[in-house]
Amino acid sequence: MRALARAITLVERRDPSVRNLEDAIRNDARVPGVTGFTGAPGTGKSTLVDSVVTLLRGQEQSVAVLATDPNSPFTGGAILGDRIRMQRHALDPKVFIRSMGARGHLGGLSLASREAIRLLGAFGFDQVILETVGVGQSELEVAAVADTTVVVLTPNLGDSVQMIKAGILEIADIFVVNKADLDGHGRAVAELRTMLNMAPKAVWKPPIIPTVATRQEGVEQLWEAILAHRRHLEKSGRAKELSERRLRDETAEVAAELARDRTRRALQEDPTLTERLLKDGTPYRTAEEILRTRTDN
Amino acid sequence: MPTAVRPVRIVVAKVGLDGHDRGVKVVARALRDAGYEVIYTGLRQTPEMVVDAALQEDAQVIGLSIHSGAHMTLFPAVVEELKRRKATDIIVFGGGIIPDDDITALKKRGVEEIFTPGTPLQEIVDWLRKRFPESATK
Repeated sequence: MRALARAITLVERRDPSVRNLEDAIRNDARVPGVTGFTGAPGTGKSTLVDSVVTLLRGQEQSVAVLATDPNSPFTGGAILGDRIRMQRHALDPKVFIRSMGARGHLGGLSLASREAIRLLGAFGFDQVILETVGVGQSELEVAAVADTTVVVLTPNLGDSVQMIKAGILEIADIFVVNKADLDGHGRAVAELRTMLNMAPKAVWKPPIIPTVATRQEGVEQLWEAILAHRRHLEKSGRAKELSERRLRDETAEVAAELARDRTRRALQEDPTLTERLLKDGTPYRTAEEILRTRTDN
Repeated sequence: MPTAVRPVRIVVAKVGLDGHDRGVKVVARALRDAGYEVIYTGLRQTPEMVVDAALQEDAQVIGLSIHSGAHMTLFPAVVEELKRRKATDIIVFGGGIIPDDDITALKKRGVEEIFTPGTPLQEIVDWLRKRFPESATK
């Protein structure tokens, strides 16, 4: 387990040695199912993930959770607290929980999580759950990596205008309205449904699942919906399309990372180049020159 | 700088039957503000749970808080568990209401540092900075 934890650290900090992992783990055919959970702070994501883990363990599936919390933009520090809600799975060797700070991923969080998912697959995990707070853009990166994205809402999140704000609703394959035992739950579901009915007609219509995560209610229905979405992806050919697009995206991201490294190194090692850049103030021309002339890695 | 310096990751936990978590939260917050990645695991942890979390999280440090008086049992139990899991590179520090004699004994048994009530938060941060100079954050 420590080897896995270490490898994820290397992936997270974008250590060049992870590039050598590629050949070692690609041959492993196992691809875990990847489900993303996102939503505003306090909607009960961690608790919901915890109850999904419980359900999956009941089916003898092994589960890895990658939980992302924000870092301070000022100090880089972070409090990663998602484990608190998942304590009952502590010491279960078939459950692996890893907290990640959202920052520090030079090539983006998606790059790190993609590679982490491959590692988890190579280590034999059946299911991977990505959890992220929907406060910025990191949830969009996660949505780009997950097969199925679950958006978690609760009653009383605000009026219906909150619901039509861009972003979070568009990435959802499944909606959960958690805390279904609270007042206002019916209204929240109704408003959400109205909003979804106004959306352009699509092949997949995101279902709305009410849950009470603290009481394990609705969790089976949620998992059923996730499996239904996966079947839909397979049947419609969308799964293949997505995995191909991801490989292309990932290649572009890795290329960007390599170019960035090479550029930083060039500026560090070549004082005349840096001097010219600072004098002329020409980042575009300098970058092009570096990428054209420097081939080292 | 092709690779970012690895942030120091600290698993912070309350071990045993002890619900006094105000102090540990203040410390966690101070460490966050000092640029560390703090993984807070919550109340009523066993030594096995804490070590398991530290291994999964690939943390370099475990910070324990005890106000129940069971520090002579629980702190060394965490150190022993680290030995058992062959992870003695992970260092352990602690805080709580702990008499001086016990501090000496705990350090002998592998706890690196103990901070008692009234310790300025900066002292804990300074200690970590000294312990992990290569990862010092801004």
